[in-house]
Amino acid sequence: MIDADRLKEQALVLIDRAIGLVRGNSSQAPIVPAGNVVGHALMIVIAIMTFLACLTIGAVSLVQSTAATWQSQISTEATIQIRPVEGQDMEALLNQASTIAQGFSGVISTRIIDRAATARLLEPWLGTGLDIDELPVPRLVVVTLDEASPPDFAAIRSALVKDVPGASFDDHRTWVDRLVSMARSTVLIGMAVLGLVIAATVLTVIFATRGAMAGNEHIIEVLHFIGAEQKFVARQFERHFFWTALKGALCGGALAMIIFLGFAWWSSRNLATPEADQATALFGNFSIGSGGYSGVVLIILAVSVLTMITTRMTVIAHLRQVDGRTGDSHEN
Amino acid sequence: MIRFENVGLRYGMGPEVLRDVSLHISPRSFQFLTGPSGAGKTSLLRLLFMTLKPTRGLITVFGKDIATISSKEMPLLRRRIGVVFQDFRLLDHMTTYQNVALPLRVRGKEEATYRAEVEELLHWVGLGERMHVLPPVLSGGEKQRAAIARALIDQPEILLADEPTGNVDPPLARRLLRLFGELNRSGTAVVIATHDLTLMDQINARRMILDQGRLDIYD
Repeated sequence: MIDADRLKEQALVLIDRAIGLVRGNSSQAPIVPAGNVVGHALMIVIAIMTFLACLTIGAVSLVQSTAATWQSQISTEATIQIRPVEGQDMEALLNQASTIAQGFSGVISTRIIDRAATARLLEPWLGTGLDIDELPVPRLVVVTLDEASPPDFAAIRSALVKDVPGASFDDHRTWVDRLVSMARSTVLIGMAVLGLVIAATVLTVIFATRGAMAGNEHIIEVLHFIGAEQKFVARQFERHFFWTALKGALCGGALAMIIFLGFAWWSSRNLATPEADQATALFGNFSIGSGGYSGVVLIILAVSVLTMITTRMTVIAHLRQVDGRTGDSHEN
Repeated sequence: MIRFENVGLRYGMGPEVLRDVSLHISPRSFQFLTGPSGAGKTSLLRLLFMTLKPTRGLITVFGKDIATISSKEMPLLRRRIGVVFQDFRLLDHMTTYQNVALPLRVRGKEEATYRAEVEELLHWVGLGERMHVLPPVLSGGEKQRAAIARALIDQPEILLADEPTGNVDPPLARRLLRLFGELNRSGTAVVIATHDLTLMDQINARRMILDQGRLDIYD
């Protein structure tokens, strides 16, 4: 018969050992005291800096994907414009232009903007109740392009000009080029801001860790004087500060993720409202994407590891200073 | 064991606090280091314990020149030396028991292997009832005894004590001195820095007297 209590006890011992392996020997008091004001301040500083870095990563990721979407959307379409020509049937010209365009490889489809749609397009300028036949209004054919293998724009343009009176072909190249350069500039600016925020995070974490370590120098010295090896002393502190940093970074990162998810939720809940339309026009569907979330996880880990490395270097530097003290260099 | 040859020490641009100090601490020896306040007793102890390097001269500890010793070797040498600091240097977040057991813990020993030994030593120095108390609650004398117990727990080859009876009453001072005497008889060399003449009169031991940075030895 299985002794349930005994099994439970053994399981608890195993869990205790596992925690001990991860967090050090838990059956004794930690060599580095668990929490003090400086430690909490370090955790808060790390949480704030991680939060800011994660927000920046999310924003850059958003701008990057939005810029790519702008570029992609506008470069997958071109427009044929046909101006009214005396004695020519506009509908026939539209069909002819559409047929010519479809004959080129790289053109997926064409769509003639009909009278009603054209009237709607002009509505903001000319008002409602417009009879389109009374005015010499140009008509449009929207050409959908294969983004992977775009057609020969020059050939389409010359064929249209040659065979369809009053036709012109706009491949949106000017707009695409402007948008591409704007998107690239935006992403570059975002990357520069991200670089600055990460540099500020690194420096803040380093100085905050060194500040927190300054209050523990007496522990380092006692351990050193009773014969602890350098790696033992360093391990005690780096383990302690790694957990402190991880807790802070997780708080900051989690808060940033909540904000991302909150915006995505708000955006999806307000799809038809003017506010959401404006936000969607600027930022797409406000989704950060896997790149942004991966960046957040990376920042959390990087901040924790950076704190650990700083701690180790501070301990080693202090021990070297203690060992290297001479009468000449010592202040007394 | 520890040898000084023409050792000099100065702090910064100041005058030499130790001048041409030569001495030899032999195994199983017992000596007092004395002199007026500011004579350099603590500085000499710090040189003995390798927390200071001399401005000039040669110091060898267990046959090794400390000027050329590697940082990896230093902990191994320090483990052979027990030190009682004047300011105790106990860790305030650890109990008396944990402070005394710390040298064994940093050597990687399992608690089960030393628990009884630590408890026995704590009883022996009169801290049996204060085992699980944090240092801020201990009196000066109790802190002193805890610091002594920590220095002795791993049976060092040499014990350096800076004013070990400075914070205790005369009966306890005599008891601690007997403890050092017993330790010495069991094979540990002892160096006690003190300016307490009555303490020195109780044991017939070598006296190293520091005066204005110079050391005179009376065997």
